[in-house]
Amino acid sequence: MPLLDVDDLTTYFHTRDGVVRAVDGVSFNLERGETLGIVGESGSGKSVTCYSLMRLIPEPPGRIERGTAMFDGRDLLQMSPKELRKVRGDKISMIFQDPMTSLNPYLRISTQLIEALQMHRDIDSKAALNKAIEALEEVGIPGASKRVFSYPHEFSGGMRQRVMIAMALITEPDLLIADEPTTALDVTVQAQIMEIIKQRQNDLGTAVILVTHDLGVVAGSCDKVLVMYGGREMESGSADQIFYRPRHPYTRALQKTIPSLQEKGQELFTIPGLPPDVSKPIHGCAFHPRCPYPKIGSPEGERPQLEDIEPGHCWAACGFCDSSAPIETVLAKADDHVAEPVDGDA
Amino acid sequence: MLKFIALRLLQGMLVLLGIYAVTFVLVAATPGSPFSSERAIAPEILAQIEAFYGYDKPLGERFITSLGNVLQGEFGPSAVYANRTVTQIIAESFPVSIKLGSISLLLALVLGVPAGILAAVKRNTWLDYLPMSVSMAGICLPTFVMGPLLALVFGLILKMLPVAGWYGPEYVVLPATTLGLYYAAYFARLTRGGMLEMLNQDWVRTARAKGVPEHTIIWKHCLKGGLIPAITFLGPALAGIISGSFVVETIFQIPGLGQWFVRAALNRDDFLVLGLTVLFAAMIVIMNLLVDIVQVALNPRLKYD
Ligand SMILES: Nc1ncnc2c1ncn2[C@@H]1O[C@H](COP(=O)(O)OP(=O)(O)OP(=O)(O)O)[C@@H](O)[C@H]1O
Ligand SMILES: [Mg+2]
Repeated sequence: MPLLDVDDLTTYFHTRDGVVRAVDGVSFNLERGETLGIVGESGSGKSVTCYSLMRLIPEPPGRIERGTAMFDGRDLLQMSPKELRKVRGDKISMIFQDPMTSLNPYLRISTQLIEALQMHRDIDSKAALNKAIEALEEVGIPGASKRVFSYPHEFSGGMRQRVMIAMALITEPDLLIADEPTTALDVTVQAQIMEIIKQRQNDLGTAVILVTHDLGVVAGSCDKVLVMYGGREMESGSADQIFYRPRHPYTRALQKTIPSLQEKGQELFTIPGLPPDVSKPIHGCAFHPRCPYPKIGSPEGERPQLEDIEPGHCWAACGFCDSSAPIETVLAKADDHVAEPVDGDA
Repeated sequence: MLKFIALRLLQGMLVLLGIYAVTFVLVAATPGSPFSSERAIAPEILAQIEAFYGYDKPLGERFITSLGNVLQGEFGPSAVYANRTVTQIIAESFPVSIKLGSISLLLALVLGVPAGILAAVKRNTWLDYLPMSVSMAGICLPTFVMGPLLALVFGLILKMLPVAGWYGPEYVVLPATTLGLYYAAYFARLTRGGMLEMLNQDWVRTARAKGVPEHTIIWKHCLKGGLIPAITFLGPALAGIISGSFVVETIFQIPGLGQWFVRAALNRDDFLVLGLTVLFAAMIVIMNLLVDIVQVALNPRLKYD
């Protein structure tokens, strides 16, 4: 039995301007100790997926419409608030994108660090404080026994994210959900933070859901990958499958955007166009308007069904384009089209 | 911190000096004199009276003399109530006003702050709408309407409470309610705003993700920051309660500072006006200093400087 088994997770926001289909039928699972990467552009529903699992969606306007999320044999989506509080911070912890706003500026680091322990463990404050200092040392904060009494504003962004990691892992949870833990940080610090997460994961055997919009980060650190677009699952599989045998045009295009995989001196590739507006119903394939592949048939139609390609590897089998060729040839052709008239003029 | 307080006290002294000077000039520039009355007074007697109070001297000299006296804690004689000094009048009426003011302020806080917290926590439910509409009404009704209204209902119709005078505890109720309700409304709105701002912060989500129950989130995580707007308003609220007391003390015939102040202004009782102005100003200066100290204590991101 997997540690976490999510099936058909669907979360909508019922706003004044209509229904925002932020997450629309997403499924994935995760074994103990495994790392799942969730990738996709801004607005693709990655955060809402995570918050839905933790039931941190603001309700109203948000609502989890359907689906199950079996964690350790129990459905997170059906738990009472009381049961949920026992799971949060104990069995499942979360770190957030912006470390500058995720710590309470009015409370000492020590108070915030030991809070989860006090909540979930039978522990006196002296022992809890020692554990907090230990936790800070483990994420590489020098002078932890003194700095534990600081306030968040006395720490830099990178240090605060270390504190967040220490805080999330202090109860040694089974699952850590990290929602873009490095996006708000300096490039130099990003690698350090990822390193710390990985190292603590190895020490504790924690399973991790790592959200990012950078497929490059996923390559180095994930066992499995879920590619999301417009609130939907586009493709999922092992890291190898997604990297070496991407099937969906969106996955392929996303891969082309990884800076380190692009040829030096060339202009950075970005997918032209904008992500879909999920407050309007999407017909057919969500990626269709931006898809570089030759289109076949009308874009209106049934939503592509998830289809297995090989064991553990599936994609939203899109019948609206001819995606048999590798993306390089398609993009090269597109370049030629753009280039031709210029040549003619010269 | 001591340096901060010393510096702020010094600043306060300068403010008071400025207020004293401006009031002095304004009082002196007002037409008429404290000694003019309907009855004709013989010019030589008037001259004698003026000499007694120092009014025969040039303005500059009078200012220096009176300032010297004030610095020694002597506000001079009342120009109208011949047998009493300003200090005596203050000693008699200050406790009355302090009592009325502090009970009003306490009432405002005790009613306003919890209502604001409740409204924020239960936002967009009737527990939010009800106190907030009541408080809107409270803010819109001036004390000179609210006072007589309360007096009419509870004093004259229900005959539960006395409507004028200052003799026992029951005499405090109506004036303190009149003053307090008005500020309770403000405190409720400010507290609601402050708490809502806190509850929408990212770190509240962090706390929830740790499994912290809602009531702990409110008390432990949000209250400190959520109360800051209300605490900042304590200074202006005190000023308002003092000036509100001019009206309320007159409505309910309470022998406090406010009533004396109104009377002093009407009678052109120069020394009394000056003395009371400085006293009110000093109270506001001290209150603001206290508010600043509490604010720094609540917010770790602020430093004394
Ligand atoms: N409270 C909310 N009310 C209404 N819509 C919301 C709310 N929260 C999120 N959404 C919408 O849900 C969609 C998915 O948002 P989400 O934050 O999950 O994107 P994301 O993939 O995490 O993007 P990013 O990379 O920018 O973090 C967006 O269209 C967003 O506007
Ligand atoms: Mg996000």
